[in-house]
Amino acid sequence: MSDFVNSAGQLQHIKNMMERSSRFISLSGLSGVSAGICALAGAALAFPFVYGAKDHRISEPHSIDYNFLFDWDFLFNSWLFWIAIATLVGAVLFAFLFTWRKSKLQGLAIWGAAARRMLINLLIPLVAGGLLVLKLAGMGQFILLAPVTLLFYGLALINAAKYTLGEIRYLGYCQVILGIVSLWWPSYGLYFLAFGFGILHILYGGVMWYTYEKNPPSVHDE
Amino acid sequence: MNNPIENLSKLFDSRIKLGIMSILMVNDETAFNALKELLVITDGNLASHLKALEENKFIKMQKKLLGTKTNTVYKITPAGSKAFKAHLQALEKIIGKLK
Repeated sequence: MSDFVNSAGQLQHIKNMMERSSRFISLSGLSGVSAGICALAGAALAFPFVYGAKDHRISEPHSIDYNFLFDWDFLFNSWLFWIAIATLVGAVLFAFLFTWRKSKLQGLAIWGAAARRMLINLLIPLVAGGLLVLKLAGMGQFILLAPVTLLFYGLALINAAKYTLGEIRYLGYCQVILGIVSLWWPSYGLYFLAFGFGILHILYGGVMWYTYEKNPPSVHDE
Repeated sequence: MNNPIENLSKLFDSRIKLGIMSILMVNDETAFNALKELLVITDGNLASHLKALEENKFIKMQKKLLGTKTNTVYKITPAGSKAFKAHLQALEKIIGKLK
């Protein structure tokens, strides 16, 4: 029996060490919840510009200057662009804060090979999708913004899931499905964005926090 | 080295050595400081375990120059990888028998 306990303990130790060293395990559930709240706030701010009578343009455009790369004049002149930027900055900032706090509690460095791998794999689809979204917005193709944003974000999460707590993969699947479904409801884009980035993030973050962080194990616990 | 099995199990009996091997199995290379942090031990303690594994040719050390600082990284060798896999299989067999 002691052989069994010893062998099972060794296997557990091996698994623990492999996981700790190859995955970024400091991603906090609270990061998801805070990003979700930022997304809902952003959607509420954007609502009157999208569905109400409010003009999203900051000032009357004085010249139409077609730009080959990105139509920055058009983007910079839209309240919606700045709301999107503020939402993104807020969400990333809070997400970073809660994850930084978790890494301190775990006694792990926030920046290492695991964090780098996760970030690179997250950013490749995310940057590609972001550039596509900017180009689409500049071209006035607003109908495709919500599906493309959700699809690329979902794919980015699935791609990064191998390098952090694996459950984020399911959040990725949900975002991809939501993005595809939203193709058939083009006028409800903002609702789909609010659901995907808001509600789903809060649900995912809540579940992760409840599972892993409610009763945090001590640093030396193995 | 006349009884390889005895030698192998003795090496992996140590939690620290088993931990080092587990980490190096799934990472191309790992820095000394990262190992220290993952295993929560002191420099001297880690160095002695690493040295023992190195002497058995299970791992190899590489010094990399990072500007003015040197960064010491460790990699698993094919022999180390083989021994670790054999050890895993042995563990699984023991559990399979006793269950």
